[in-house]
Amino acid sequence: MNHLPLIIKREYLNKVRNKAFIIMTFLSPLIMVGIITLVAYLSQLNNEKVRVISVLDESGLFAEQFESDDKLKYEMLSNTSLQEAKTYVEEAENYGLLYIPKVDSISSLSNQITFYSEDSPSLVVMDDIEDAIEDKANMMKLREVGMDPERIKELRIRVNTNLETFSGETTSKLGSGLKLIFGGIAGYLLFMFIIIYGNMIMRSVIEEKTSRIIEVIISSVKPIKLLLGKILGTSLAGITQFVAWVVLLGIFSMVITAIFGIDPAAVQQQEALAQAQAAGGSEELIREIILEIKSLPILNLVIMFILFFVGGYLLYASLYAAIGAAVDSETDTQQFMLPILMPLILAVYVGFFTVIDNPHGTVSQVFSFIPFTSPVVMLMRIPFGVPIWQQIVSVLILFATFIGTVWFAAKIYRVGILMYGKKASYKELIKWLKY
Amino acid sequence: MDKLLIANTVSKSFGAFKALDNVSIEVPRGSIFGLLGPNGAGKTTFIRIINQITMPDTGTVILDGEPLKPAHIRNIGYLPEERGLYKSMKVGEQALYLSQLKGLSRQEAKTRLKYWFERLEIGDWWNKKIQELSKGMAQKIQFVVTVLHEPKLLIFDEPFSGFDPINANLIKDEILRLRDEGATVIFSTHRMESVEEMCDHIALIHQSRKILDGKLIDIKREYRANTYDIGLITENPVEVTAGLKARFELLPTQFKTINEELQLRIKLPEGVAANNLVSHLTTLGTLSHFVEVIPSANDIFIQTVSNSKNFN
Repeated sequence: MNHLPLIIKREYLNKVRNKAFIIMTFLSPLIMVGIITLVAYLSQLNNEKVRVISVLDESGLFAEQFESDDKLKYEMLSNTSLQEAKTYVEEAENYGLLYIPKVDSISSLSNQITFYSEDSPSLVVMDDIEDAIEDKANMMKLREVGMDPERIKELRIRVNTNLETFSGETTSKLGSGLKLIFGGIAGYLLFMFIIIYGNMIMRSVIEEKTSRIIEVIISSVKPIKLLLGKILGTSLAGITQFVAWVVLLGIFSMVITAIFGIDPAAVQQQEALAQAQAAGGSEELIREIILEIKSLPILNLVIMFILFFVGGYLLYASLYAAIGAAVDSETDTQQFMLPILMPLILAVYVGFFTVIDNPHGTVSQVFSFIPFTSPVVMLMRIPFGVPIWQQIVSVLILFATFIGTVWFAAKIYRVGILMYGKKASYKELIKWLKY
Repeated sequence: MDKLLIANTVSKSFGAFKALDNVSIEVPRGSIFGLLGPNGAGKTTFIRIINQITMPDTGTVILDGEPLKPAHIRNIGYLPEERGLYKSMKVGEQALYLSQLKGLSRQEAKTRLKYWFERLEIGDWWNKKIQELSKGMAQKIQFVVTVLHEPKLLIFDEPFSGFDPINANLIKDEILRLRDEGATVIFSTHRMESVEEMCDHIALIHQSRKILDGKLIDIKREYRANTYDIGLITENPVEVTAGLKARFELLPTQFKTINEELQLRIKLPEGVAANNLVSHLTTLGTLSHFVEVIPSANDIFIQTVSNSKNFN
């Protein structure tokens, strides 16, 4: 009689039918779409307002320099004193007043220009203004010494380094960014999955202890089977929820787009487009992106993602189950949570700082072999090209450790589930291993 | 008599703590076997070993002629002292799950559950959640799940806790009926009156060791102390008492009768027959009451446990 499918089925159904689980499955994507929509809506609202900046240019040098666009309008003032201009701008509720005094030489402009406003102006606007003045001032300065600014512009050389590995793969900075995104998503996904569903396993073990059903169950089933069934059943429920989230996110954002005409994805798209224009046309960029994605080791990535995801998740899940077995209630779990969370947080930290900085540096390499950090760190390194032997060794270490932790967890579990009212300490746990 | 379960010199330690020390117990087939002992004596550990939840360090357990093996789980029904059910699961679903874990097919389990639910008049609970039921109600379901797969060996650890007297009686009758139908029952409890009522055999475990076992009636014979409660109708009780005190060991006693009489408990020296006492008493007055004092399970329990304490 094989009990495992029976246990998995119960664990799965029990999780999936749970009201809180169902509510969270629907609510999380709704909240996410809601927040993104709100942000998109607000930034649109912000952008729609036209800011008017009045310019009092006593030097008379910059009359043509400020170009209005749909968001920022420049209004030139003349024949007023600074005091009058200030009063006017304040009454008109304009964004601010840019005051350029009369100067003897262009060089002395550098620290004589003042911007008056109600509140501190946005940095972006100030940058725009400073750029415009600098451009003009530079040009005038160049003319002064007898050089042709147009000619200099023509002669300027732009450098865009081509990146190529010794094995002949060409890459680019854009590619590196993409790799980072792929690795980051994979690592972060695993991190979230472990925390959410690891906790769920722990709670379900504690529930069996507090409801005192555990002894009834393990008089018919071996504890290790119950442990495995619990981990697998909860994982399946987790995957179900994840898939539901992805699908619901898609549906909700489509609905929102249809109703409000605001596309949550548009915000990111706009930014990407702005960058694309800087890089010289969006079509070219998209072509480049597709090319870069194609050049990523997709198959390798997918296989390793699955292996590291499963291995890493099971490793932590068994530890969570052991904690659940060792304590009487959820409030007692604190002292054991830290040793689990530390390596996880460290892994994400190393992943997002060290790997980005240097994907093949010593720190990144070391952490991609340590089994408690390797799933996250290695997943983030792989897009940058990791030798196959390293990947295989890391996976082997991970699975060997997994077997070790399952043995450890099963020991703790077997003893712990029958211990009531005994506060477990680390010393106690080590004693249990010998029972 | 044929033995269903034989435990042979079973020992189990948890770290430095010895939970069971060379315990050997034989449970006759078709009996109700009382497993007694103070708290923490090792009863639960012993029961868990029979259920293969814990493995013994040394010693063997033989069930129905074979050394204990995983397949035996189906032949055992166990109601632990620490028991419960999944709170958020429906009664029927939960009972089905637990019986399937014991090896019944879903269909078989359903048929039998329907029968038992009707029998215990709990049929309309099928779709209720455990958290909606009272403790006693949940206990009934646990009882059903324990016996549903018709095991040869039933183990009940404090089966009556949480039951009101009516339901406790109902469960008691069910246990007796199951015994009559051929099951063997191991029964662990502190309630000596149920031991008295139900058990044929007992074993007493104290401080990890078995200090007493056998047929309850044999043990009682062994523990009787040639002691009698007597009632004597006499003119001058003070004088009679003084006279008796000079010849026998007197103990305080009290029992209910309809006479106004002198009530005494008399312990005879070994070898002196009751007849001698009777003929002596009849010379002192009218003998209205003469009963041998039979040690109760409670007395035996307390006496053995405190005696063995003195040894240590």
